[in-house]
Amino acid sequence: MGDILEIGGKKITNRLFIGTGKFASYPAMKCALEESRAEVVTVALRRVDSASKTDNILDYVPKNCIVMPNTSGARNADEAVRIARLARASGSTNWVKIEVIQDNKYLLPDNLETVKATEVLAKEGFVVLPYMSPDLSMARRLVDAGAAAIMPLGSPIGSNRGVKTRELVEILVREIKIPVIVDAGLGAPSDACECMEFGCAAVLVNTAIAIAEDPAGMAKAFSAAVAAGRLAYLSGLPSAWTGARASSPLTGFLREDDK
Amino acid sequence: MNIRINGKVEALERPSTVEALVSDKGLSAERIVIEHNHRIIPKKEWPGIILRENDTIEIVSFIGGG
Repeated sequence: MGDILEIGGKKITNRLFIGTGKFASYPAMKCALEESRAEVVTVALRRVDSASKTDNILDYVPKNCIVMPNTSGARNADEAVRIARLARASGSTNWVKIEVIQDNKYLLPDNLETVKATEVLAKEGFVVLPYMSPDLSMARRLVDAGAAAIMPLGSPIGSNRGVKTRELVEILVREIKIPVIVDAGLGAPSDACECMEFGCAAVLVNTAIAIAEDPAGMAKAFSAAVAAGRLAYLSGLPSAWTGARASSPLTGFLREDDK
Repeated sequence: MNIRINGKVEALERPSTVEALVSDKGLSAERIVIEHNHRIIPKKEWPGIILRENDTIEIVSFIGGG
């Protein structure tokens, strides 16, 4: 198998990363992760509610998966760093998805605080994947800060609107040398396929899978779409033209004047 | 004695260690991480830390998230 995505010293073959929020149950989530053969999954960190005796989510994540805790809930770099350190203290991972958000309406990330958190955590040996608004200057700063990959948003979290930021993400794909992973907003397998076709290294999908009628089926569909898009990218997508270009030869017609 | 656990003030009837607090609350040790006065406490230190008045404890674990 030649097409390997390497991040933080790990070799990844499935370029569909899956978020574990919003599933109806942990068993349903487990089924989706297994069916799609996901290799990277995100989780969140929250205060324990001692009244509710919920299971350990990690018991429902296949053992081959890399667990990537997010820093959701963080409003600035310091809070993100604190959450990341707590997550690593669980002993299950040194990966972290930085998510610093102050805007509650669109859940758009604060790129500046994200850079600060990335710098601190990368120095502490974390494998840092920052969620960001697609912006070339900020992406370059994240690379300098030690990010292992960057995760620009496709459209607002949970919106299922697809890769509305395509023009900007394409610039990142062309200019940034670390993996570009579209995170957030992908609503259908075709959206994921599109991202892979124009050269993204991977995509992260949560809502569209978790709230589907059959999450396992949808996870499988996304996985297939990601593989198809990747193969198309590797095979060299031809460019588009305005006019037609005949597929059949323009000679040998059954006409009086063979023209 | 009052301590703040996950943002709420709770009254402890008797002196307690972090380890005793975890077991009193019926929490399974392998799925939680604890911060005591803003310092992350490795599990092996839980038995040795005696809680004092106005201490702050955060008990966290992983849940689903994207």
